[in-house]
Amino acid sequence: MQQLAGPAPLDAALQLKIHELMLTTRLLEERLIRMYKQGDGFFWIGGPGEEAFNIPLGLLARKGQGLDHDYLHLHYRSTGTLLAMGADPIDSLRQMKNTATDPYSGGRNFAGHSSMRKWNVVPITSPIEVQYSIAPGTAMAQKRANSKGITIVQGGDAGTAEGDFATCLVWSSRPGAELPVLMLVTNNGWGISTPASTQHGEKYIADRGKAFGIRTKVINGNDAEETYHELQEAMDYVRNERKPFLLEAQVSRLYGHSSASGANFAKHEVDCLADFEQKLIDRGLRTQSQMDEMREQITQGLLEASRRVVEEPQPEGSTVWDHVFAPRNHVKEGL
Amino acid sequence: MATMVQAVRMALHVGEERLGVTDIFGEDVGPPLGGVFTATQGLKTAWNTPLDERGIVGAAMGLALAGQCPVAEIQFCDYAFNTIDLLKLIGNTYWSSNGDWNCPLVLMTPVGAGIRGSIYHSHSFDAQATRLPGWKVVMPSNPLDAYGLMLSAIADPNPVMVLLPKALLRVKAGPGEQIPGEPDDERALSKMIDAPVGDRSGWEPRWPDTPDLFVPIGPLRLVRPGTDATVVTYGRHVPVARRVAEDLAEEGLDIEVIDLRTLHPYDWDGLKASIRRTRRVLFVNEDTEITNFGEHLLRRTVEELFDELLAAPRLLAGKHLPGIGLADNLERASVPQREDMVDLLRAMCAETRGAAGPRPAPAVRLSRENTDASAALALAYARR
Ligand SMILES: Cc1ncc(C[n+]2csc(CCOP(=O)(O)OP(=O)(O)O)c2C)c(N)n1
Repeated sequence: MQQLAGPAPLDAALQLKIHELMLTTRLLEERLIRMYKQGDGFFWIGGPGEEAFNIPLGLLARKGQGLDHDYLHLHYRSTGTLLAMGADPIDSLRQMKNTATDPYSGGRNFAGHSSMRKWNVVPITSPIEVQYSIAPGTAMAQKRANSKGITIVQGGDAGTAEGDFATCLVWSSRPGAELPVLMLVTNNGWGISTPASTQHGEKYIADRGKAFGIRTKVINGNDAEETYHELQEAMDYVRNERKPFLLEAQVSRLYGHSSASGANFAKHEVDCLADFEQKLIDRGLRTQSQMDEMREQITQGLLEASRRVVEEPQPEGSTVWDHVFAPRNHVKEGL
Repeated sequence: MATMVQAVRMALHVGEERLGVTDIFGEDVGPPLGGVFTATQGLKTAWNTPLDERGIVGAAMGLALAGQCPVAEIQFCDYAFNTIDLLKLIGNTYWSSNGDWNCPLVLMTPVGAGIRGSIYHSHSFDAQATRLPGWKVVMPSNPLDAYGLMLSAIADPNPVMVLLPKALLRVKAGPGEQIPGEPDDERALSKMIDAPVGDRSGWEPRWPDTPDLFVPIGPLRLVRPGTDATVVTYGRHVPVARRVAEDLAEEGLDIEVIDLRTLHPYDWDGLKASIRRTRRVLFVNEDTEITNFGEHLLRRTVEELFDELLAAPRLLAGKHLPGIGLADNLERASVPQREDMVDLLRAMCAETRGAAGPRPAPAVRLSRENTDASAALALAYARR
C-alpha cells in the first residue's frame, strides 16, 4: 500500500483551536493527577494520550439536547471531548474533589465520569462496555424521528471482548432496521496490565464489523488532523445514510491505566500533543515560546481553580436519599 | 372476563393509545407470536428483538434516556440473570447523575414455579428485584391489578419492573377482578383480542373500551380481613392464602390475607397496622429462602413490633436449592404448598408468646374467644 504524505492540513484557525483544547485537556489531566497525589481526591482515571482523538470528536459532535442532536455514550477517558464541546475544566476538578458543586454527579462518582443531559452526554459509568448495549436505544429513537442526530459510543480495546460489543454490532445492523450508530474503539493496546496482543486473535477490532456489513476503518488516533477528517467522514456517513460505522483509532496511554497503577508518564508511547505542537511550529503557526506561555497561563488558571474547588462544600451525608426516585419525567419533558 | 395475560395486553394497548408507549419489545414479542405467553398480541408497537437479554435491557435504557416510553419483556425471568449489572445501572442512573437523567421504562417478565417448568422456567425474581435500589417493583395476583399496575408502571417516571406470576397468567378474573368495559363473556373477549390460530397476517384485534384505571404503586391490598394472624404474600400465593384462610375459618381461625402488590417501595404502614391488629404474621413467597425479601420484612417486624407479637413471625419460602426439579414431587418439595401454610398458621395461632411463653400446639382447636383471651393475658403480662 502506498504511504501517503499524511492527512491534509486543517484550516489554520482550526489547528490553533485544536491545539489549545488538546493542551488544556492534557494540563487538566495533569492537574487532576496532582490533586490525587496531594490527597485532594480518592482516585484518578482519564484520557491523557487520547487528546488527538477526543478533541476532534467533541468539536464535530452535533451538540445539544434531544433527538436532533448527537447522543454521546462515552467512557472514563473522554474529558477532552467534553472540553471540546465547551465544558468548563473546573467542573472536572470538582468531580475529582467530590464536591457538592460537581455538576456531573454531585460528588457521587469518580473523576472522568461526566454526565450532562443538556448536551445528550449519557452518564459515564465504571462497568466496562455497557454503553454499547445502551447506544442502540438512543439510535433507534433518532432513526424513527427522522432526525439528523446520531448516536456515538466509545470505549477501549480490551472491553470489546464483552458481549455488549457484539450486542451493538448485532442491534445496529438488523436488516432493514440499521441504526445511526458511530461505534468508536480507542485502542491503546492495553487492558490495565494485559497487552491486547495476548488476548485478541483478530488483526483489527474493526474487522469484526465486516461480518455484519458495517463500514469500518482503522486510523491513527494520535494524529489530530487524520482523526478530524476520518471522524468527519464517518459521521457524515452515519448522519446521512442512517447506518452504523465502526471506527478503530490507535491511541496512546500516557499516564498508565489510572491512579491505581501510579499515574506516571509513559515515555515510550507516542505523545500526540508533542507531535502536533511540532507540526504547528514547522508550519509557522505557533512558536515554542508562544506555546510555553500558553502552558504557563493554563497551568496557573487550573491551579487557582483547584484552590477554589478545595474550599467548596462537600455533599452532606443526609443527601444520600436525594434522587433515588424521580418525581417527574425530565428526559421526556426535556426540562 | 379477562385472564391476567389478556389484562396485561389490554393495559399495553391503553399504554400505546393514551399513555405514550413507543415500543413493546423482546424475544418473540412482535408478530406473529405476540409473546410466548401471548401478552403482546395485536399491539401496534410490538416488535421482535435479537435473542439477547442484555441487548433488550440496554435498548430499553437507551430508548428511555432518549425520551421514549419503552416496555421491554424478558421472556422468562430465568434469563434475566445476565442483565443484572444493566438493571443496577438503570436503577442508579437518576441517583448517580444527581437528579439529571431519570430512566423511565417498564420491564416485564414472567416469574415463579407452578407450571412444571423445571430448572429454567421456575425461577423467582423478587429477591433479586428488591436488591436493585432505584427500581419500583410490582407483582399482581389478579387481572385487574395486572391491568392497573401496568398502567401505573407505564406512567411512572422511574424504572418499574412488573413481575408476572406465570402460574396465574391464564387464570380468569374472580369476582371484583374484572376490568370495567371488558365483555362478561370470556369467549367474546377472546374473539376480540386473541390472535387466531394459523395464519394471522390479516388479523386485527378489536379492543374493548377499557378505562385509564391506575392501581397505584405502593399501597397493599387487603384480600381478606381477619383477626388471628396476617399472611403477607404476593403473586401466585395470594389465591393460595385466600383459600387457606377460607378453610381455616371452618376451624375457627380468622386469618387476614394481604397482597403486597408493590414489593418496592412497599407499604410498611399498611403492613404494620395489620400486624399490630392480629399480632401474628406469616410472610410467604416462593423465592429461595436465604437472603429472601420476606426475611427483610421479618427483620423489620422483629425490630419494630417484637413486643406486640403473640407468635414468632415466620417466613415460608422456597427451599435454598440449586433448582426446581421437573417431577411433581420435586417441585412440591421445593416451593411453599398449601399444606405448609395451613400447618404453620395452625401452629402460630396456638402460640401466645408473652402470656405463658411459647407453647406446643394444643390438641384442641382454638376458638376466636380463647385466642382473644390469651391475647388479653399476654398484654396484661407485658404490662407488669
Ligand atoms: C465490566 C468490568 N470489568 C472489569 C472492570 C475493571 N476495569 C476497569 S478498566 C479495565 C480495562 C479496560 O481496558 P480497555 O477496554 O482497553 O479500556 P482502556 O482503559 O484501556 O481505555 C478493567 C478490567 C470494569 N470496570 N468493568
